[in-house]
Amino acid sequence: MRLWTFAALACVALAGCGGGDAGSRDTAGGATRASGSVDLTGAGATFPYPLYSKWFSDYAAKTGVRINYQSIGSGGGIRQLSERTVDFGASDSPMTDAELAKAKGGPIMHVPTVLGAVAVTYNLPDVSAPLKLSGTVLADIFRGAITKWNDARIAALNAGVTLPARDILVVHRSDGSGTTYIFTDYLATVSPAWAKAPGRGKEVQWPVGLGGKGNEGVAGQVKQTPGTIGYVELAYAKQNRLAVAAMQNAAGNFVLPSVESATAAAAGVAEKLGKDTDYRVTIVNAPGAEAYPISSFTWLLVYKTQADSVKGRKIVDFIRWALAEGSASAAALDYAPLPAAMVADLTARLSDIGPGAAP
Amino acid sequence: MTEATLGGEVPAAPRSGGAAGARMGGAAFGDRAYQLAILGFALFIPLLLVAIAGAVVSAGWPALREFGGSFLTSSRWDAVNGEFGAAPAIFGTLVSSFLALLIATPLAVGVAIFLSEFAPSWLRQPVAFLVDLLAAVPSVVYGLWGIFVLVPVLREHVMPFLADTLKLGRTPFFSGPAYGPSMLAAGLVLAIMVLPYVSAVTREVLLAVPRSQREAALALGATRWEMIWDAVLPYARSGIVGGIILGLGRALGETMAVTMVIGNRHELSASLFAPGYTLASLIANEFSEATGDLHLSALMAAGTTLFVLTLIVNAIARWLVWQVARGPRGR
Repeated sequence: MRLWTFAALACVALAGCGGGDAGSRDTAGGATRASGSVDLTGAGATFPYPLYSKWFSDYAAKTGVRINYQSIGSGGGIRQLSERTVDFGASDSPMTDAELAKAKGGPIMHVPTVLGAVAVTYNLPDVSAPLKLSGTVLADIFRGAITKWNDARIAALNAGVTLPARDILVVHRSDGSGTTYIFTDYLATVSPAWAKAPGRGKEVQWPVGLGGKGNEGVAGQVKQTPGTIGYVELAYAKQNRLAVAAMQNAAGNFVLPSVESATAAAAGVAEKLGKDTDYRVTIVNAPGAEAYPISSFTWLLVYKTQADSVKGRKIVDFIRWALAEGSASAAALDYAPLPAAMVADLTARLSDIGPGAAP
Repeated sequence: MTEATLGGEVPAAPRSGGAAGARMGGAAFGDRAYQLAILGFALFIPLLLVAIAGAVVSAGWPALREFGGSFLTSSRWDAVNGEFGAAPAIFGTLVSSFLALLIATPLAVGVAIFLSEFAPSWLRQPVAFLVDLLAAVPSVVYGLWGIFVLVPVLREHVMPFLADTLKLGRTPFFSGPAYGPSMLAAGLVLAIMVLPYVSAVTREVLLAVPRSQREAALALGATRWEMIWDAVLPYARSGIVGGIILGLGRALGETMAVTMVIGNRHELSASLFAPGYTLASLIANEFSEATGDLHLSALMAAGTTLFVLTLIVNAIARWLVWQVARGPRGR
């Protein structure tokens, strides 16, 4: 008797589980589906995750299309998209030619969604005004060529500021990250010595310094130890009220990191791009008087040929919405929206994404 | 009626009533099915271990083939240029674990001796519970505590004390600038994490020492301390070593707490004040963003190295237990 009761309960439980999440593997023609199902899946960068998650919930409230996003990191997102286990990817650094060649679904379109900036943060209790640094000085600090805060080169940029005679303690990211990619990309662009030795990458061999895990690890280390310098995402620096340095941009002005200066960097670069750019561009050290030099796009990665036409349409509709209306919520979360001209161009390009024979 | 007993098989219990004949056949079948099921469960675990080892080794094989022995001896970990050497990570794993045991073992054995020999019975349970509770704290919480409490204390008080006041700064083990995140910090955090394991096992083993041992020592005129040191501890030696092995296993594999306080620097250094790296932290830090097959394979090779390292250390420790257990008990 008890056995039958148990068996009956088990059957009911299994039936309940089976009917729920239909999962996104279900193919096209998805007419009626259980209300808990997910329409699109994506994976990738952690940097834009807070913004994307707001976008997905706003979009689901508006249209009912549910999107699931796993912030496993840009590398993971690229891998999953190449294997076609997710419908779209997200990355803080553009895919390399080798990675594009390995993607199993054909050519991939890079759609920049928002801008990020990397702030250089430091801990000098006696210095109240923002420190001014240039790209080459920053590169030499991170290379270990400049070891004291009162070095002549730093003092030359900060006239009138008394710098302490402390050692500079460098903190970098121990985990692979798009933030590191943007930062090392900038250092490699402004410093030939950096380009040769550590180079640019999501993780590099740092000449000096400690590694902190995540933005929080770096920020925690910088906050606690006087004389430390490190780099974190702009949003992180703003929300934690960290002291940030004013970086000298390509025009020679010292600019503090902010949402506006990041957008100015993108505007400066967008003017110079050709008509057939694929937007796999870096915007570090951008031209423009107000541009912040350590800025970057973050991209959504989508296959141009969508095997599943229903999903393809949903993806295109979402991106169109995100470009048009999503940017309104970007600034509130400390992400820099794209300049208007880029938005118009990208929206026009969305028509390139369409159904086709699966390769 | 019972079945014939063959080499230790439990005879089927006689069932009551007229259905005994049918029941006995059913019981034999039931026994067989039960045996097979248990055999299946027992084989499942080694098979799982072999499957995991096989997957990790085969994924790491390309990197091991590419770099050969230099993977174990080189200090260059360069993802941009594709050169990978895990020597600092291997060194850091071993040093931080052994440092943790060095610090934790006297403390844990001390706690266990206190709880088994000196504590009044109303105190024993609460203190034992609190020590065991250390094992329940998640390792990420230990890491956060390490960053916000332990590392500043080390940097501002302990390290200057060791280097300047005790003049240990002259030795190579305590030299170099005191930034805070260091091998010493990792060793201390690991020691706290390992303490409850060693302490719990030691406490149980000490409580299991027969009273006659203690009474005999006391009857021969030993002081309380002599009784513990000469009569109780040697009896419990192999159990204590077993507890230490358990703690060592935990320390070798610990990831999150260590990566938050060790400084994450690929550098071999004799100084405890210097930052270091461990194999587990290396994999945890770099795996999610690793693109490029060689990089992924190098991380899996680091995993293989950790696996083999753990096997070797455990084998040595088990040999040690065997040696200790074989030795004379008491004096």
